Amino acid sequence: MSPPLEHDYIGLSELPFSAAAAAGAAEDGALNLKETELRLGLPGSESPDRKEKVGLTLGLLPKVFGSGAKRGFSDAIDGAGKWELTSGGCGSEVEGGKGGALFSPRGEDGGGQLSGHGNAGKDVAPKADGQERKAAGQVGNSAGNDRGVAPAAKAQVVGWPPIRSYRKNTMATNPSKDKEDADEKQGPGCLYVKVSMDGAPYLRKVDLKAYNNYKELSSALEKMFSCFTIGQCGSHGIPGRDGLSESRLTDLLNGSEYVLTYEDKDGDWMLVGDVPWEMFTNSCKRMRIMKGSDAIGLAPRAMEKCKNRIRISF
Amino acid sequence: MTYFPEEVVEHIVDFLGSHRDRNAVSTVCKAWYQVERLSRRNVFVGNCYAIRPERVMARFPWMKSLGVKGKPHFADFNLVPYDWGGFAQPWIEAAARGCPGLEELRLKRMVVTDDDLELLARSFPSFKSLVLVSCEGFSTDGLAAIATYCRGLRELDLQENEVEDHGRQWLSCFPDSCTSLVSLNFACLKGEINTNALERLVARCPDLRSLKLNRAISVESLNRILARAPHLVDLGTGSMMVNHHTEAYHRLINAFLGCKSLRSLSGFWDASSCCLQAVYPVCVNLTALNLSYAPAIQGDDLIKLICLCFKLQKLWVLDCIGDKGLAAVASTCKDLQELRVFPSDIYGAGTTAVTEEGLVAISSGCSKLNSLLYFCYQMTNTALVTVAKNCPHFTRFRLCILDPGKPDPVTDQPLDEGFGAIVRSCKNLRRLSLSGLLTDKVFLYIGMHAEHLEMLSIAFAGDSDKGMVYVLNGCKNLRKLEIRDCPFGDDALLKDVTKYETMRSLWMSSCDVTLGGCRALAAKMPSLNVEIINESDEADEFQENLSDLHKVEKLYVYRTVARGRTDAPDFVWIL
Repeated sequence: MSPPLEHDYIGLSELPFSAAAAAGAAEDGALNLKETELRLGLPGSESPDRKEKVGLTLGLLPKVFGSGAKRGFSDAIDGAGKWELTSGGCGSEVEGGKGGALFSPRGEDGGGQLSGHGNAGKDVAPKADGQERKAAGQVGNSAGNDRGVAPAAKAQVVGWPPIRSYRKNTMATNPSKDKEDADEKQGPGCLYVKVSMDGAPYLRKVDLKAYNNYKELSSALEKMFSCFTIGQCGSHGIPGRDGLSESRLTDLLNGSEYVLTYEDKDGDWMLVGDVPWEMFTNSCKRMRIMKGSDAIGLAPRAMEKCKNRIRISF
Repeated sequence: MTYFPEEVVEHIVDFLGSHRDRNAVSTVCKAWYQVERLSRRNVFVGNCYAIRPERVMARFPWMKSLGVKGKPHFADFNLVPYDWGGFAQPWIEAAARGCPGLEELRLKRMVVTDDDLELLARSFPSFKSLVLVSCEGFSTDGLAAIATYCRGLRELDLQENEVEDHGRQWLSCFPDSCTSLVSLNFACLKGEINTNALERLVARCPDLRSLKLNRAISVESLNRILARAPHLVDLGTGSMMVNHHTEAYHRLINAFLGCKSLRSLSGFWDASSCCLQAVYPVCVNLTALNLSYAPAIQGDDLIKLICLCFKLQKLWVLDCIGDKGLAAVASTCKDLQELRVFPSDIYGAGTTAVTEEGLVAISSGCSKLNSLLYFCYQMTNTALVTVAKNCPHFTRFRLCILDPGKPDPVTDQPLDEGFGAIVRSCKNLRRLSLSGLLTDKVFLYIGMHAEHLEMLSIAFAGDSDKGMVYVLNGCKNLRKLEIRDCPFGDDALLKDVTKYETMRSLWMSSCDVTLGGCRALAAKMPSLNVEIINESDEADEFQENLSDLHKVEKLYVYRTVARGRTDAPDFVWIL
């Protein structure tokens, strides 16, 4: 796997805030860079360690995730699937608080898995390290009593407990079968699968156990991969105050939409959304965000409908 | 001065097995250096960046067995970025050129590609044994190359690697002429296996003693395999998913009855409690048992099984065994030397599966215990003091209290005294991992008493630089020090820079060392590689602009005779 390309692909290198991110100094120009900083954080929530900074998520708008398409997955997404500008953390490693390592107790870094994401403000983070560390410890204490609780309450520490990822991954696909209430939502462990996106320079991994339904998964993936799509915009991709408009983005993408597919245990590539969520998580080995044009053979009729819809929206 | 003929020196040196002894011999004089280097058969390189592979091959041309380790230990816990390094390629290439007589290769925490495996398979006509531990970067295609081209292969041992599944045909690549296998371990493979090919392979290898199957192997297949290989000593069972009242289950019972030589069992991936009874006949002879990947087996059934294993020396379990189960282990397994208790519920609800009581019970029953890895929710000083008294023979003691920085729940005190008791009592302690709430005092104790300590892992501990300095000053035999999330800064780092030359490596992450401190270290000690691993993606553009006060997130320092390294990715700066 080639190393991640530099900021160009993130698409924001031409923008002043990437400079601000690294130098850490408040080089805020008129553009109010703090607003546009990419932050690591959990989906839809602000990172608890950085209350003063609000990140914006840049999104893209694949119509296929929108409501109306007659496939089960899209139905589940149900309107929330639009990839659009939202405020909140840039959900890179989007865990529901149960998943694996998120950020170190210093709240600065997503750890080894996250390469190349704007780790802005590393230098400006306040030096409350001791406090942060203890806070992490205390949070860890209290979090022991509840599972599947809102992520902000339970700060997962990168690389803790010190268990080999091989063991973590293996145990994740091997949950205890004797649980009285086979409550999948609160099942132990994690289930990391690779997610690739056509045209992106590197893959990501998501923890399927961190989500309860297709909707959550979809929004997480949107946030995770939004930066790649913006990257293709190149110099066009400067977000205005209101963000990218739908039509402009789909213009740039040449009206191509994306389809989410997965490889199941038998090695076949399936469209996400057909089977119940639990069945999906049990059989999904990896995922791929395909360009619509490649997704021939996966529900051709649905693709037709989507294509028509996009054209109409202009 | 009597002249010692080289032949005599060589004869004497041949008796020396350990690397340490041989290293010492080689420093006596030039003649002895020559004799030693030409007669060394086993070479171990603890850090692949400490020396260039070509130099190793040049020095030891008659090497038969090579072991190399790559990434630092904390890479196991995702603290080292994916493409940091540790590539096997230069080693295999250099060996192919310089030591074509190589017979054994053991790699740990390295990146191995399919091309590397193919080169390996084709380059060494006498190749016998490949052991890969915690490696990644290869697929079943690479295994196919090994199977195809390594005539006379005796051992293929894949332990906990990340292997891409490119299909099941790799196993069929072992030619019909391959009859030499002694050990085959593919338990870490995730994909399906050609069971026909496997059964035939097992049938034609009469010397097969160790076989570890992956989860895809069904009980039906296991039955057939055991029927053809009743002389197995070490078995990884595969899925072990079977229902009680089926023919397959009855055949399984018979199969195990036939395995008179079985001493070590592992696997049990999907085993439920009922099928454990099938292994009861072999329990009485078992010396090693690994049930740490079998969460479906409940505490009571575990206990029933373990109560039959009175010769057990090594036990790996999940914490669902409970304190009660550990008490059963303590009363049954009097020969126990190594115990590992893993958490079954990592992100857990705090269900107290095992506590200090279980550990105390073990220590009172198993006085021969010398190696421990114990994950628990709490620990008390009293318990640790008791354990120290009961088990003075610990060489490896790793305790992980799942809550970072948690104090003794009874007294609310740090665990300094408990760990202090351990280091005072266990004079041969070589490896120690700390956890729980700890102040600088514990490091004072470690520095004072842990004379033979070679590896120390610290997390969320200490109050000040003094802690780290106590350790660096006191532990004369320290080789590896790894620290995360501790308040140790530049003063500690720079207190005694020559110390790092006596060590293999130092890792510090999320501590208080600054770029300035690291630069100072690098300037003073050219014999060290001082690596800053900086994952902020803009930072490398601004390396020059970063002030000395910039906190270093991850620091990895190691001694080396190969200055710098050519394969470092952008986010690794070698100062």
